[in-house]
Amino acid sequence: MAEFSLPKNSKVQKGAHHPAPAGANNVRTFRIYRWTPDDGRNPRLDSFDLDVSNCPMVLDALLKIKNEIDATLTLRRSCREGICGSCAMNINGVNTLACTTGLDECEGDISIYPLPHMPVVKDLVPDLTHFYAQHAAVRPWLRTESAAPDRERLQSPEDRKQLDGLYECILCACCSTSCPSYWWNGDRYLGPAILLQAYRWIVDSRDEDTGTRLDELEDPFRLYRCHTIMNCTRTCPKGLNPALAIAEIKKLIVARRG
Amino acid sequence: MNDLRNPLQRALGLGSAKEGVNHWWRQRITALALFFLGLWFMALVLMLLHGDYTSVHATLADPINAVLMLVFIIALFWHMQLGLQVVIEDYVHTRWLGVVLQIAARFYAVLAALLAALAVLRIALGR
Repeated sequence: MAEFSLPKNSKVQKGAHHPAPAGANNVRTFRIYRWTPDDGRNPRLDSFDLDVSNCPMVLDALLKIKNEIDATLTLRRSCREGICGSCAMNINGVNTLACTTGLDECEGDISIYPLPHMPVVKDLVPDLTHFYAQHAAVRPWLRTESAAPDRERLQSPEDRKQLDGLYECILCACCSTSCPSYWWNGDRYLGPAILLQAYRWIVDSRDEDTGTRLDELEDPFRLYRCHTIMNCTRTCPKGLNPALAIAEIKKLIVARRG
Repeated sequence: MNDLRNPLQRALGLGSAKEGVNHWWRQRITALALFFLGLWFMALVLMLLHGDYTSVHATLADPINAVLMLVFIIALFWHMQLGLQVVIEDYVHTRWLGVVLQIAARFYAVLAALLAALAVLRIALGR
């Protein structure tokens, strides 16, 4: 059966508390999920009272904690401007990017967990191996039958517009890891991010392998585990609509039957 | 995760079943039918709320009502089976239990639909 409770060794326990130094103002409390594979202990929730005067974004606060309080705090980050997708995590119950989430957007104490229902590598770092493999499985590149032209393959402005709302996806995995269908059946269901990426190539006017792409997606688990729950669209930090892309794939599969 | 398989092998799995669109389409067609038939059924029940046995019998024996009732029964149990199939696929991850439940849900849907249809037919055909 689907597991609705955590196994014993995954139950989150109370962790250390790091109070703010005397005289600190503008203090906010961060509760952060901590787990390391090295000590055999359960995950714990450390709390940090932090002076956030110079921290406009959640990522700034996390880096301040790492730099000044606890250097073992582990997280992924790179671009700090919402284009690399590395710092995707669950902030106050919502999957989003730490770098584009302002502290002024967060109410009360700030709880931070890794992306839900993924194996954890350490602290806020989820293991996205399977997610990336699923992306590779849809072969996300231009596939053509016709001979390679001497120059670029051209595309009308109207056809190019079809890719708007799709090409912006940064594969941060916020959507897929917010999807209950992906939680229960992520081994076989491709999830919203990968299906949006698949649709990006299905609607590309230059691609000539649409039929095969639809064949490969038409599967009770790969595609039809989507039950239009819409968490993906609600949570996407780039404001994209994976649920719409999935619906379009389903419509195309119906349309080609006549 | 330490079984030396390439992650791509795991992601590709057994490949695409190349089916699923029929299930999806039938689920939507039966849902559409049930929306209208459900309204009709509620209206019928409200109409017969204070009716006696003879008037209920006569109403159901009417060919139009009898046919609509039969279609309602078929759409209802068909839709129920399609929905149960998805619920079982979603949540039951023990292989043998999933197969047993899928078969049981289909048997139940067919038997219950036939039973209900027979009741309507007996009234409609005057037995």
